[in-house]
Amino acid sequence: MSPEEMLLDPLRLAAEAEPERIQPQRRIHAAEQPGQGPVVPPVRTIVLDRAPLPAPPPSERASVRTQLAGAGPERLRLEEVSIDYGPKQAVKSVSLSIHQGEVLALIGPSGCGKTTLLRTLNRLTELTPSASRAGRIMLDGEDIHELPDTTLRGRVAMVFQQPNPFPMSIFDNVAFALREQSRKRPRRRELEPQVIEALRRAGLYEEVRDNLDGPALRLSGGQQQRLCIARAIAPRPEVLLMDEPCSALDPISTKTIEKLIGELRRDLAVVVVTHNLAQAHRIADKVAFMYLGDLIEYGSTAQVFDEPRATRTRDYVGGAFG
Amino acid sequence: MSVSSPYGIRLRPPMKSGPGRRSSPLHWRWTDRLALAFAWIAGLGLCAIAAAIVLYMGYRGVQYLRPSLLVSRPEVSLSQSGSGGFLDPVLGTLMLTAIGIVLAAPLAIGSALWIAEYGRPTWLARIVESSIEVVAGTPDIVIALFGLAIFQLPLLAPFSFTASGGGVFGRSFLAAGSMMSLIALPPLFTATRDGLQAVPDHMREAAFALGKTKIATIRAVLLPSVRSNIATGVTLGISRIIGDTAIVVFLLGDTPRLEPQGSAPVTGLLRGTGSTLTSYVFDNSPAGEGGAPQKAYAAAFVLIVFVLGLNLLVDRIGRSHADANGLNVAGAVV
Repeated sequence: MSPEEMLLDPLRLAAEAEPERIQPQRRIHAAEQPGQGPVVPPVRTIVLDRAPLPAPPPSERASVRTQLAGAGPERLRLEEVSIDYGPKQAVKSVSLSIHQGEVLALIGPSGCGKTTLLRTLNRLTELTPSASRAGRIMLDGEDIHELPDTTLRGRVAMVFQQPNPFPMSIFDNVAFALREQSRKRPRRRELEPQVIEALRRAGLYEEVRDNLDGPALRLSGGQQQRLCIARAIAPRPEVLLMDEPCSALDPISTKTIEKLIGELRRDLAVVVVTHNLAQAHRIADKVAFMYLGDLIEYGSTAQVFDEPRATRTRDYVGGAFG
Repeated sequence: MSVSSPYGIRLRPPMKSGPGRRSSPLHWRWTDRLALAFAWIAGLGLCAIAAAIVLYMGYRGVQYLRPSLLVSRPEVSLSQSGSGGFLDPVLGTLMLTAIGIVLAAPLAIGSALWIAEYGRPTWLARIVESSIEVVAGTPDIVIALFGLAIFQLPLLAPFSFTASGGGVFGRSFLAAGSMMSLIALPPLFTATRDGLQAVPDHMREAAFALGKTKIATIRAVLLPSVRSNIATGVTLGISRIIGDTAIVVFLLGDTPRLEPQGSAPVTGLLRGTGSTLTSYVFDNSPAGEGGAPQKAYAAAFVLIVFVLGLNLLVDRIGRSHADANGLNVAGAVV
């Protein structure tokens, strides 16, 4: 065989070099023959061109998680919450509890209802005219539907997928969240400590301290998202909702924000919707896996990822569908 | 020609565009070539026409415009040398523009906000939008005639001069300005509405999620977001008003000088008549009375400088807003 021909057939080349790697594939092909043994679902086979990487060493994040595990008081409790958009049921009877000091990651394939569930926690789903809801959501023992929506949203803050600072200065973006409706407009001097505190907690203050009056839209994407976090946490909410907060950001900004989420949960309950399983694994203490509107599995991150109870969860976290 | 990768996969060499590809217009079908030629001619022809207007008016303007014309008032005279300047038409243009925009802006911005942020019930929103389209499509002379019919009603007598016999004249800066606001309203409405619709929903939700009400969101987030769109709309409205003649002739009285009614300083002027640069150009051109064609050219030059200046301003507003806020054009947030 000429070298040229060998190049054309990497599989054969690999088989000749290390025949044992090819074995599993052959076995499955054999099983697929009709009338020969049990029917095995088709499995994508991958021929490795090198040995798999060793498992990564436990990250810094994971160790922080174990330190903080064992959460604070319960903040939100969902009791059989269902949400319908017209005839379509987006969330089916979900019960969960969310504690302070914990990051809960909602994971699941697109359209599984995780964002809808998140937006229900601060009643943003009510903005969709066709949406209706059943079940109860309790915030510190109070039904959120009995609170005025403006009060509720001060206590359950939210950060969106796209960084969306308002077209005003950095200072005013944070101050806007602090100024209450129909009250006398507080002076800048009164608000300044709270604004700086919020920027500092969001890890942005050092970068913008000389430019507090500059337009917020001039910041980079990652800085804008941290400004949105500062804006959300400025009124000292009890729960912080995050809808894929890193999906529009670069890896370095993502890392900064993940680190920030780890710090914020000390005095907040954090609920993160994410498509990124690795991210859920890095940042979450608890994971809720949703599929087609059902809550399939809920448990600690280690349990859901390493010992999932449901087959669906195992397939999803194993990457069989997504 | 094959390139092998380290994993033993043979890569195909990059595809070349062969001689069979039709890369030059010389190989196109003749209809396509004709269309291409037409597109070039049309584009270049428009450039030539625009250049011809500006250059000819510039030439005439430089030839006839004297600074004294801008500061001296018009005189009624049969000879061109005795007819004075066009201070009053310049002032008339500025006043009429101001009145028109002051009346149009709240109406246009308010209706754009209603359409973009409320807009329920849908059938009503559709009616509102088509009404504005009807106003936009109505010829200005029809609006002027309608305005005359309105302002000659005895009920509206206080807005214009009333003759001693009780006949309502129906011509004044207020009458012309209010009809001019209808001319300026559609572009201002469209610019504001489009700006609001370009603001992504998550911006609104972000404000709601901070516990803000809808009205606070509009005031603090949405209106500042569409500032540049409003500015663009205002400038477009202004250039529509500056350029309009029919309403001036019908409703402003088209008197060479500002003629206040009564002795009150401001209201007298508003109830009085006057003229604008456009009507001045018309009256003094050979098509009108033709008393002072050179001054018509000079005034036309001033008019064109106004309008070109405004166009430049529109451009600058859009661009500076984009620069200041890191936005792309039309205020859409990336």
